[in-house]
Amino acid sequence: MQFNFDSTEPLYLQVADQLEDAIFVATFVEGEQVPSTTEISKQFHINPATVLKGMNILVENGLIEKRRGLGMFVTHGAREKIQEKRRQEFYEQYVVNLVLEAQKLAINESTILEMVKRGFKIT
Amino acid sequence: MDIQVTNLTKVFGHKVVLKDVNLTIQPNTIYGLLGRNGAGKSTLFNLLTNRLNPTSGNVLVDGQLNKNHDQALGRMYLMSEANLYPPRSRVSEVFELTETLYGQFDQQLAKQLCQQFDLDPRVRVNKLSTGYRSIMKLIVALAVDVDFVFLDEPTLGLDANHRELFYQLLIENYSQRPRTFVISTHLIEEIANMVERVFVLQNGQLTVDDSTEAILAQSYAITGPKADVTAYTAGTNIIGQDQLGHLYVDYVYGPLIADRPIPDTVTVDHIDLQKLFVTLTSQKGGADAI
Repeated sequence: MQFNFDSTEPLYLQVADQLEDAIFVATFVEGEQVPSTTEISKQFHINPATVLKGMNILVENGLIEKRRGLGMFVTHGAREKIQEKRRQEFYEQYVVNLVLEAQKLAINESTILEMVKRGFKIT
Repeated sequence: MDIQVTNLTKVFGHKVVLKDVNLTIQPNTIYGLLGRNGAGKSTLFNLLTNRLNPTSGNVLVDGQLNKNHDQALGRMYLMSEANLYPPRSRVSEVFELTETLYGQFDQQLAKQLCQQFDLDPRVRVNKLSTGYRSIMKLIVALAVDVDFVFLDEPTLGLDANHRELFYQLLIENYSQRPRTFVISTHLIEEIANMVERVFVLQNGQLTVDDSTEAILAQSYAITGPKADVTAYTAGTNIIGQDQLGHLYVDYVYGPLIADRPIPDTVTVDHIDLQKLFVTLTSQKGGADAI
């Protein structure tokens, strides 16, 4: 995990994003324990209340769950939920901006589609 | 248990060190107390713990005056630069003395912290370096069982490794036994993410009292060509400016004017706590500067 402290985003949201990303790339696998609030606070010098606030977002989204006396664990199906959510965001975050930028550069629709096809070939 | 400070003023001779300060210190919260040298931070700490008496105004602990209120004062610990321990006493004797004075002291934790910091408890206090004298006081501050710990420049003389260790221990300690810490330091960056709330003292007056999150949410750097920037920031609380060639920056603390469109040439960024503090408290700061 890494935190960008100069980011314009509030720190608790960054904590939530980083944890979510770690689950998505399977740094923390489903059914596995995630680091405790104290461990994260200690390592990054972040107030425990801030870390907890971030973690609670993941609890609300059903990505991690509390097991009494043991700690926080990644729920089953968490990765799929994240993927689902990110696919929904994909249109707003990437496609809309792509089209906006293309319009500024006077690139038309068929040229964009052409470029996307080219992009698929190299990867 | 909370501490309420009302209209607190302290005058030394002709110098007004604190002027009409009002604030509340809540339980189980980590505070940052920021201020330039001579802003009144240490005086505030000394008034909170009744080491000094106010010229006017009150410090109330759960509604009762702190003056000679031994029970309330026994729930507070002030770590400061002042050396109050007998110079010939050993570190272990300082721990015992604290236990006698405060009643509750975690000797086992103190021993463990001594090992982590590599401090020999048999050494005499007057033989300790500046850094190790700070470390000894920090260990006392973490091991003594009180509800309010005031840390006045806790990392004075500590090297980077020891500061890192201290921040980790502080968070661990706070998680295990939640209580209030008020930390004054010039190393703002190092504590910025740890403190939940921030007080800023400026020439003896309290100018900021808010949650770190709220403060950062309303601290901006507006960058672009001078004419566009000044048009955009007009009517906001401008606390300073910078100029880099043709690029002009206005620093704003407070709300921007929401329905004013941001010109294409202008970027709006947030600034961190250190930058905010430096801008807010620099001499040339203020709307009329430059």
